[in-house]
Amino acid sequence: MSVPGEEAAPVSSELVRSYVITGGRRLPSADDLSLHMLVTLAPDRELPLGASPEVRAIWELCAGGYLAVAEVAAHLGLPVGVARLLLTDLTEQGHLLRRSAPPPAKSESRLVIEKVLHGLQSLYA
Amino acid sequence: MDSKASMPKPSYVSGSVTTAAKILVVGHFAVGKTTYIGSLSEIPPLRTEERMTQASAHVDDLAGAPDKVTTTVALDFGRLTLGDEVVLYLFGTPGQQRFVQLWEDMARGALGALILVDPARLADSFPVIELVEKYGLEYSIAVNSFTDVLYEEAEIREALDLLPDTPVSYCDARDRASSARSLITLVKHLLVRTA
Ligand SMILES: Nc1nc2c(ncn2[C@@H]2O[C@H](COP(=O)(O)OP(=O)(O)OP(=O)(O)O)[C@@H](O)[C@H]2O)c(=O)[nH]1
Ligand SMILES: [Mg+2]
Repeated sequence: MSVPGEEAAPVSSELVRSYVITGGRRLPSADDLSLHMLVTLAPDRELPLGASPEVRAIWELCAGGYLAVAEVAAHLGLPVGVARLLLTDLTEQGHLLRRSAPPPAKSESRLVIEKVLHGLQSLYA
Repeated sequence: MDSKASMPKPSYVSGSVTTAAKILVVGHFAVGKTTYIGSLSEIPPLRTEERMTQASAHVDDLAGAPDKVTTTVALDFGRLTLGDEVVLYLFGTPGQQRFVQLWEDMARGALGALILVDPARLADSFPVIELVEKYGLEYSIAVNSFTDVLYEEAEIREALDLLPDTPVSYCDARDRASSARSLITLVKHLLVRTA
């Protein structure tokens, strides 16, 4: 029996697939693209020649509007790390726009917390 | 029917949104995390996974090696648009997971954590409380009501060894308004703590 939410998968075709998609590259750290960072396709961009099926899928998905990094991964059925790598590539090539998650500065996060609180209170007061 | 297997259009974040925030919903196995997220989310809750060997920056010798055993951890999340400018993401993962990389990823940029507890199994919550504290997240406790038995707040505080200012709220994770009340309790606490 496996522990719920934690499956020890031996070498799976899934994993090999991830390896192929990423070209075996090290996955980027999350510093840059946090799970809740919003991304969308920049206007007037052209799909790079020879784009992989995964990049095409991201391209099509992100053309429609803003989604969080985790949403992109979930919609495409990719592990977060793999989605993040492909999104990082596209960002470096100038194809993606981001809308930031708040920086960790205390004053900034206080502002965000206030907005979240007001939003929740007006929905559920 | 369209023969092309295209994905159903997802619901995109409103164009007026300028800020994305994240709050963690954590707790031990089967405590109600997914139910809780589902009750508040405006989109059908989504699931994605993290791979713990390849993705780990801390396991250098395994990085990029496709022939290693890997562990998959599922993250459930939901989304809630608040007013014109803010979208809040709620992320849940089982509390017994001790992967550093997973917790760093979850905790990065999170405003705080809501820890769901089952009052009949309080000891099961110790590991997750410890992890939340370890990653420096502010938190509050939401007591999920599985039965009609009333567990006194004082009892719960003592059993969980909470600080006096850590809020404790009661909720039914299946009920949207009830879940929202617990979330508001947490966010009020976060505001006090960032003062
Ligand atoms: N009576 C009652 N049942 C609940 C409540 N919240 C969740 N449940 C039930 O408890 C079971 C577990 O809930 P989940 O939301 O799947 O729990 P989880 O924490 O996501 O579980 P894992 O992801 O497996 O750790 C489900 O059958 C829910 O319907 C609650 O507030 N009251
Ligand atoms: Mg769950």
